[in-house]
Amino acid sequence: MSTTYVLDHPEKGHIEYSDRKRYLWMSSLFMPLFPMMGVAAYFLFDTQWALALPLLFSYVLIPVLDYLLGSDENNPPEEIVPQLEDDRYYRWLTWLTVPMHFIVLIAIAWFVGTQDLTVWSVLVLAITAGSYSGLGINTAHELGHKKPEFERLLAKIVLAVPTYGHFCIEHNRGHHRDVATPEDPASSRMGESIYKFVWREIPGAWRRGWAVEKERLARLGKSEWSIHNDILQSYAISAVLQGGLILAFGWIMLPFLAIHNFWAWFQLTSANYIEHYGLKRDKEPNGRYERCQPHHSWNANYIFSNIVLFHLERHSDHHANPTRRYQSLRNFDGLPELPNGYYGMYLLAYIPWLWYKVMDKRLLALPHINGDLSKVNIDPDRYDEITARYGAGPGAVAAA
Amino acid sequence: MGKFRCPGCEYTYDEDRGDAHEGYPPGTSFESLPEDFTCPDCAVRYKEDFEPVED
Repeated sequence: MSTTYVLDHPEKGHIEYSDRKRYLWMSSLFMPLFPMMGVAAYFLFDTQWALALPLLFSYVLIPVLDYLLGSDENNPPEEIVPQLEDDRYYRWLTWLTVPMHFIVLIAIAWFVGTQDLTVWSVLVLAITAGSYSGLGINTAHELGHKKPEFERLLAKIVLAVPTYGHFCIEHNRGHHRDVATPEDPASSRMGESIYKFVWREIPGAWRRGWAVEKERLARLGKSEWSIHNDILQSYAISAVLQGGLILAFGWIMLPFLAIHNFWAWFQLTSANYIEHYGLKRDKEPNGRYERCQPHHSWNANYIFSNIVLFHLERHSDHHANPTRRYQSLRNFDGLPELPNGYYGMYLLAYIPWLWYKVMDKRLLALPHINGDLSKVNIDPDRYDEITARYGAGPGAVAAA
Repeated sequence: MGKFRCPGCEYTYDEDRGDAHEGYPPGTSFESLPEDFTCPDCAVRYKEDFEPVED
């Protein structure tokens, strides 16, 4: 069953489009519940090994399904996009995903606080919960880009789960402005490993987000240390939520939440790492960077990981139209394309030498780069090494 | 007083109303917005990209 959108266009004639993914989008709503499967399996099979199932799902099964199920051929015609945007069903899914993230963290914390578990099990659960609270940043990302105040409020609330209340401000006003430039702490550089990137990304993004909010509050004549600070509002919810968990379940929550929070942030680091690796916007004569083009983002048009991530992987259209809703994001031919979905690419990023082996050639072979290193965002610390290796142009890339 | 629209996402800056959330009071001219002003909704477009809106 699907809804058909119809339009009689003055030039293009009769246009009809059915969204075959309409009900598949519920996967994004239920995805945060996957950690509960591990807990259910623990009670069912009476073994702590079952707790690792959600991580296996994310990092093994999803990449395999992306490989097997392949690309997503659905693409709404541009003329139909306004009708898709107005269909409120899609909004309800993002709104309902918000409480899911709270439920999952509280449930896992309860489990950790009340069961007799080994240290390894607590570690696995903290990473699992963090991984799915990282998804909360994805939910906030979808909501925080939208114009209605209500959706921006929901974004602020859900960011309290991973304690990342500065994200929407930093991302919308900082990352989208500076994306694919050497100045952006949330765009990775060629030759920069994710373990180096994380030290630039997490503090850099925090500083930029705070600076943007401080500037806004200064215009309003208000202090950054006031209730009007959108970042502090979200942090306050985090303090109540995580403080409550510590009070309810005791000292074990301290290491559990520390690992959970870091792993949630690291999920965003992982996404930022793979989304713009090495891509660079040109500087124009007036000193501005050229407007962000579709070839300034890596895409992964795989159906499975997209339906659990609210289409995050159709990233070029997102950067061209940041306020566009997930159901309307389109794929285009000739975009920089990753060889697997995000979860598979995260794994690759965690093994830097393998990442470089797969991605550096792919980066330099992009049509707008074609081996020209002046068009690549390169890690300054590795500039000499990289130019020595690839400086001779496309031929050198093929031989390397 | 006029209106200026972001050609990317259609955010409209209305000089009569300003933008309370962004800290621009009613009556703030578009001209007087900071030179590094980017669209408050999409951040893709710079100040010079904004187009005047005809009423």
